Amino acid sequence: MPRKKPNNTSKRVNQIAPSGIRRFFDLVASMEGVISLGVGEPDFPTPWHIREAAIYSLEKGYTMYTSNLGMPELRRELSAHLKKEYKLDYDPDTELLITVGVSEGVDLATRAILDPGDEVIMADPSYVSYSSCVVLAGGKAVMIPTSQKNGFELNASDIEKKISDKTKAILIGYPANPTGTVMSRAKLEKIAEVARRHQLTIISDEIYSSLVYGVKHTCAATLPDMKDSTVLLGGFSKAYAMTGWRIGYAAGNKDIISAMLKIHQYTIMSAPTMGQVAAIEALKSGKDSVNEMVEDYNRRRRFMVKGLNKIGLPCFEPKGAFYAFPSIKTTGLSSEDFAERLLMEEKVAVVPGTAFGECGEGYIRCCYATSLADIEEALKRMGRFVGRHKG
Amino acid sequence: MIKEILKILENDARTTPAKIATMTGKPAAEVTKAIKKAEKDGTILKYKTVINWEKAGNEQVSALIEVRVAPQRDVGFDSLAERIYRFPEARSVYLLSGAYDLLVLVAGKTMQEVASFVTKKLALIEGVQGTTTHFLLKRYKEDGEILAGGEETKRQPVIL
Repeated sequence: MPRKKPNNTSKRVNQIAPSGIRRFFDLVASMEGVISLGVGEPDFPTPWHIREAAIYSLEKGYTMYTSNLGMPELRRELSAHLKKEYKLDYDPDTELLITVGVSEGVDLATRAILDPGDEVIMADPSYVSYSSCVVLAGGKAVMIPTSQKNGFELNASDIEKKISDKTKAILIGYPANPTGTVMSRAKLEKIAEVARRHQLTIISDEIYSSLVYGVKHTCAATLPDMKDSTVLLGGFSKAYAMTGWRIGYAAGNKDIISAMLKIHQYTIMSAPTMGQVAAIEALKSGKDSVNEMVEDYNRRRRFMVKGLNKIGLPCFEPKGAFYAFPSIKTTGLSSEDFAERLLMEEKVAVVPGTAFGECGEGYIRCCYATSLADIEEALKRMGRFVGRHKG
Repeated sequence: MIKEILKILENDARTTPAKIATMTGKPAAEVTKAIKKAEKDGTILKYKTVINWEKAGNEQVSALIEVRVAPQRDVGFDSLAERIYRFPEARSVYLLSGAYDLLVLVAGKTMQEVASFVTKKLALIEGVQGTTTHFLLKRYKEDGEILAGGEETKRQPVIL
């Protein structure tokens, strides 16, 4: 009799439920002719001047490790960029760290801040890695329900109710994936006020900061007296269409950055050199490319939102990122059923809202970083689908 | 608003006013009015198609011709340029700074046809002091479109 193989994986990892969404993804991947509104990345390739700079660096032989913190030139450029954008002063030698995307930044920040049992408050729904990173860091994710009624914004008074003596941080991500929500400065100030009063750190994932439409993005570190207690996470993936380069950054006070660096230097060593060179070029002369892409996303955003509302999937106006998050409640289907049946019946892939938390039930995420022709066709197919499934 | 409409139309002339209205968040009637006005005042010259003629099996010969001219009193280069751009063979005519004055893009069915236009028509125009003809060997990019086909962006089907 073969013995049952013992489970040698850690309890900590096993706490994270296997993602049910995986099966759905495999299904999408196995089908032909699918229009996917499920891709969370730009459909533009990286602007040529950025790619060209990286190619040149390869020819010149820039193929070694960089400093653990990241290339000094990149940190200097980044420091100047944050100064220009937000009037924030970060010392490139002690307060900035180049990471492997914001994904690594979230991991480092949570591991650097949390002790076993510590709690981190975050919105439900929010980006998938937040709660998992907190759990992997030994902490506990405390979810705050948000709803379409208030544009999926996190409310300061709701946060305050969940604060315990274990609470260490509030993790926010605006503009938000999956909802497209942008928080107003006034609302963020209220959250900052709660954070200050309870001496909490704000971990702020601002990867979509450049992708806002008709509103201004508020950087959490610019809130009154919050620079020192904010870990600002940003990157190049979304704004510069550089997802595959894997370059992000963390900005914060020197204690937290040096704690994050300790983990980074033993797990990562340094972010990809080629990507760092590309990021320097992006910061130096990528602004026009970003503006052009933002204009283009904005057109498709309007098209998507109007289309969704028209076919009977009510959608509040997302002011940032490149996602619409319509309600599918009129169909009476659960998010997962909706996504799976839409895929099978009409070959359109969307992401069920529940992938991002329980409060995503009744919603789907539709990414409009897809060609206008595809969005148009997808809306047509979804319209037929909704027509058939009206509850 | 017109600039944004023009950008959309420049990229795809078939975009309907209704669609442009949605994309720009403006009322359809306003968009239609703005387009009509632009068509009338010559901001929009024409709606046409960018074609890869080689692929259609219709090979044509093109040449870029540098033209040095003597500018004329009162009218400068304009009247000479007009003498040239009136010829249908001249597809584009530009006044440039630098070593020569006018750049003329000429298209014809054969090399002979293009050469004959240059030697028998263009070079003989009064005021034209000299020409240098560059035959076009290969088109890589036309009006912002890469002829060999654009890039293939390969994305994973679903990414959170």
